[in-house]
Amino acid sequence: MAMEFRKDLFADERDDNLNEIGRPHIRQDILGHVTGRSPFYDDHLFDGLLHMRCVRSPHHHARVRSVDSTAAERMPGVVRVIRPSDIPVNMNTLLALLNFGRDDEPLLTPEKVAYKGEPILAILATTERAARDAVAQVTVDWEELPHVLDVEEALSPDAPMVNATYPNNTFDYHDRYDHQKLRFGNVEAGFADADHIVEGEYQMSPIEQAPMETCGAIAAPETNDRFVCYTSTQALFFSVAVAAKQTALPSSRLHFIGGTVGGGFGGKVDSHHEPLAILGALLTGRPVKYQWDRAEEMQVGAPRGAERWRIKDGVMRDGRIVAREFTGFFDAGAYTRLSSYAVQKCTGHIPGPYTIPNIASNVYCVFTNRTPSTAMRGFGITGVDFAIECHMDKVAEQAGVDPIELRILNAYRDGDMKAHRRAAKNCALIESCQVVADKAGWALGAEARAASSLREGGIGWRAEIPETVIDRAGEIGERKQTGLAPEPFAGAARRETVPAGTASEHPATGAVPQREDMVIEAERLGFKVATGTPGPTAPPPVPPATPPGVPVPYPNTGSGTSARTAPSPGPSLPAAMRSTSAPPSQPSGASAQPDRPGPAAPPAVEPPAPAGDQAQAGARPPRRPGVSRFISGPRGRR
Amino acid sequence: MTLHHGRGFACNNNPIGMNLGGDPSQALVHATPDGKFKVALSAIDLGQGMKSVTRQIAAEALGVPIEDVYVDTADSDTGPHDMGSFASRGTHRMGNAVIRAATEARAQMLEAAADELEVNAADLTTDGRGNIHVKGAPSRRITVEETAQAAQFKQGRTLAGRGIFLVPMSDVDPETGEMTPVSCFAHAALVVDLTVDDETGEVEVTQINSAYEVGRALNPKLVEQQLIGGAWMGVSHALYETTEPCYPDRAHGPEDFNQYLQPGPGDAAPHHISVLERPAADAPYGGKGPGEMCANPVMPAIANGVYNAVGVRCDSLPISPEKVLRGIRANGGARPQGGR
Amino acid sequence: MKTPVTFTLNGSEAAAFADPGQNLLDLLRRGLGDLSPKYGCGQGTCGTCTVLIDGEPHLSCLVLAEAAQDRRIETAGGLADGPDLHPLQTAFVEGFAAQCGYCTPGMLLAAKALLDRNPTPTRDEVIEAISGNLCRCTGYEPIIEAILTASRAPNRAPNRAPGRTNGRAG
Repeated sequence: MAMEFRKDLFADERDDNLNEIGRPHIRQDILGHVTGRSPFYDDHLFDGLLHMRCVRSPHHHARVRSVDSTAAERMPGVVRVIRPSDIPVNMNTLLALLNFGRDDEPLLTPEKVAYKGEPILAILATTERAARDAVAQVTVDWEELPHVLDVEEALSPDAPMVNATYPNNTFDYHDRYDHQKLRFGNVEAGFADADHIVEGEYQMSPIEQAPMETCGAIAAPETNDRFVCYTSTQALFFSVAVAAKQTALPSSRLHFIGGTVGGGFGGKVDSHHEPLAILGALLTGRPVKYQWDRAEEMQVGAPRGAERWRIKDGVMRDGRIVAREFTGFFDAGAYTRLSSYAVQKCTGHIPGPYTIPNIASNVYCVFTNRTPSTAMRGFGITGVDFAIECHMDKVAEQAGVDPIELRILNAYRDGDMKAHRRAAKNCALIESCQVVADKAGWALGAEARAASSLREGGIGWRAEIPETVIDRAGEIGERKQTGLAPEPFAGAARRETVPAGTASEHPATGAVPQREDMVIEAERLGFKVATGTPGPTAPPPVPPATPPGVPVPYPNTGSGTSARTAPSPGPSLPAAMRSTSAPPSQPSGASAQPDRPGPAAPPAVEPPAPAGDQAQAGARPPRRPGVSRFISGPRGRR
Repeated sequence: MTLHHGRGFACNNNPIGMNLGGDPSQALVHATPDGKFKVALSAIDLGQGMKSVTRQIAAEALGVPIEDVYVDTADSDTGPHDMGSFASRGTHRMGNAVIRAATEARAQMLEAAADELEVNAADLTTDGRGNIHVKGAPSRRITVEETAQAAQFKQGRTLAGRGIFLVPMSDVDPETGEMTPVSCFAHAALVVDLTVDDETGEVEVTQINSAYEVGRALNPKLVEQQLIGGAWMGVSHALYETTEPCYPDRAHGPEDFNQYLQPGPGDAAPHHISVLERPAADAPYGGKGPGEMCANPVMPAIANGVYNAVGVRCDSLPISPEKVLRGIRANGGARPQGGR
Repeated sequence: MKTPVTFTLNGSEAAAFADPGQNLLDLLRRGLGDLSPKYGCGQGTCGTCTVLIDGEPHLSCLVLAEAAQDRRIETAGGLADGPDLHPLQTAFVEGFAAQCGYCTPGMLLAAKALLDRNPTPTRDEVIEAISGNLCRCTGYEPIIEAILTASRAPNRAPNRAPGRTNGRAG
């Protein structure tokens, strides 16, 4: 194992003479970790602690005819049974906090379960063993229902209804469609122009986050008529809000403590333990722990969802991809959790880090009779990246191009227009490819070695939003009736066009600091700041050195303050510190730079000011069409 | 039995922060009377190092040594709102909030020091070692401790700051998917060397070379932790992990670590990492969260390497020995695709 | 019926009443307040609850509390000698061998059992020693390196703990 830094790359965009940033300081929490004293949620002891265990469905899909818990209630140590009717607000959806989606999931399910392991009853007992024994004594009369486990079968007209809130087995987008669309240019025309069509289907597996600490929470009455809740949550206030809603307690009566968590990887966002534990404490007046065992963590705890992807590429003989179409299915399981969000996240990510003139995707959040899925490391991205990068190798093989050269040939560069209609900036895919090829001794051709994220992007068609063909297929419920195929433009779609250049303004920058004295001076942020006014005649940046400079094992381990360079005069503000009302690249005077006293600042360029950003500013470098197969040739767009 | 060597490549970019924004983070910073600083957050440290990286960011933005800063998180009574630790948002969102809070506290600190030194606050700077001095005149100085004492016991001032960072929420267009997903991306490219046993179907990763572009490594050792651990998880996802081995059938779901497989300590392949740093304009000190993007390229790189080794396309995960063997059999034997 | 159990815990006498079927992990944590062994699976498959019994690593979730009678139990909570960290702990601190920290106590004890019987292990011996202890964060490599580093520490005498957690590594 060895990690080295390529400080030579992008050196003209960084000021590395920071004081504490960049140093390998020992972790603040490490002494606690090595002495076993870090306070994880379960490391808070309470006298009279009650343990909660749930009665769970043994079926994929079933109706609850009746539940008999009388024997369980008579078991020694059992203190209380919590039924669905005990929960003040039983229905919730996680993203209700962002007003996205409808409440579709009960905390404890009263009538119809939709996955194996779904909880219908909770039992509180003085020991975990007693709670387990009592759960085994609950008898449930189940009426099994037909179930569906495959995402595409779930879309078929005769599939059983998984989730009554979304009767078509798909999440509703924009109150209009059963999927999220992405349309950019005209993929059908691109395919027609292409020399090769390359198609593939890819399948992600459901994966367990498997943190070493299982999910859980301990809630206890506090002395001030509130409830304290120690929790393993990854999102403290997310869990506060969910718990307040489902227990119908004002959040002012909830005191959440967490922050020291034994791994999460996405599996500790769902906030089911906190409301149930608090409710238990509310109903019994005693401290209550609700903790998953490892089997629950693996089969009841929401996994990374399975995703199925189909990709179709139109490819020119030299390897340039001129059209790319995706059809994606997120297997949400029985309830939405966060899958609806992941669909939009991956839609914004499509077509991966490549500049392709014609793109279309249909992505579905599909309900099936399995454990609801949720976030995991790379949520919304991991599955589609697996598909894209496997597919890129197939394209390379078909076109007879080296796989890394193919990526560099199609890579996005500063100033390129992305399919979600925002310009790319701060790109570094090409350089990453070049560095790893060198490192691994993978020979690249001269053009691939000379390519740069900073050059030749944002020129001509690469900067433009093309006229775009849209359809209006796949309205909510339509698929159930017609059996419409899931692919973009499938069926008798109504085609329309959106004019070229159509995009709204919405800069991806942070809101301005609310007061001037929250605005850090740009020269203290570690950017090489502009020293002059860049304009159309500014020379293109120096290409990265090839062969590379000498890597360094660890940077900035010296005393630090001795070798500081003087801050450059006339700094510009980073985008985050500027007004959101002004697009990043428009020098619009006071509103763009509300907090900079003193001499007039130069036009607000991004602190790293490569050619691409100038292109965004309308000050494009001279166009150089036709200089390289990497940027020219037929585009397959009409 | 033959071991076939294969080489696979994949690269990726990964969005930093919650898609579409709308996910604020807040921070509070205040000084004790002896000039030490406390940072109150509701961020979650799941091992990725939130407590540590926000501490470094606060020290840098305040201009004081890291020894003089401690981070307290996450108590909902004292830490202001934060959306949570997910979507590679922690460092980006919370880091910016901490910079703002620390900057406001610093402004008050410099004002208090200016009163004591009888100079203009704009003429003062910090040396990062606990002193405040007149720019260009290091001898005209006062310590941070003296400043805090004067502020709180003589001038009646707090040295405190508040910060919030919010990327305002973007809409998604129903027809075109137009949106503003995030403001920056981390990047990765890697080459995996592996062997495939054509008798057992087993795949063994023998070496990983990688290049990761992280904006700026705010703490290189924390970044290294993420990159090594993340690549390990990528190998694990690619070759072993599934909660539903018969997906979409739910049968045979594992319920313990004897059934849910991961590589053990003896399976770790040498991993040679190069870190690139192209600072992102709106990220704290340019740093992008490395925690998610590092695992993603490993899976397709392994799939591509298996094809290179034996000519079998494994388009579904995990790449189990069974799938590899079935592929080899369907091809009528291993078909190595040639050296790279 | 509760059963009285007495044993040595990190060098001191300990006594508690065990419930029927209670495991040693639960007794240590809830009965005696030593929270350093962690619950990870309760199935004996992850190693986070590792303790040393008479110097040998055991999974305390699979050990009946009564079985600790008259034994010598060591936990990660007793590794440091007051403010002096054990060399393994120092190596984990400086080698960035922990992320979330949940597997760390068990990992340290598995490593201690190894170094106590084999002060100069090979890399393969280190790997074998910790192969029952799962870690989801680190990819194991920093842990292996830290254990090897500790085995090479001069005399492996207890090191003075850093008075602050802010020391500079590397």
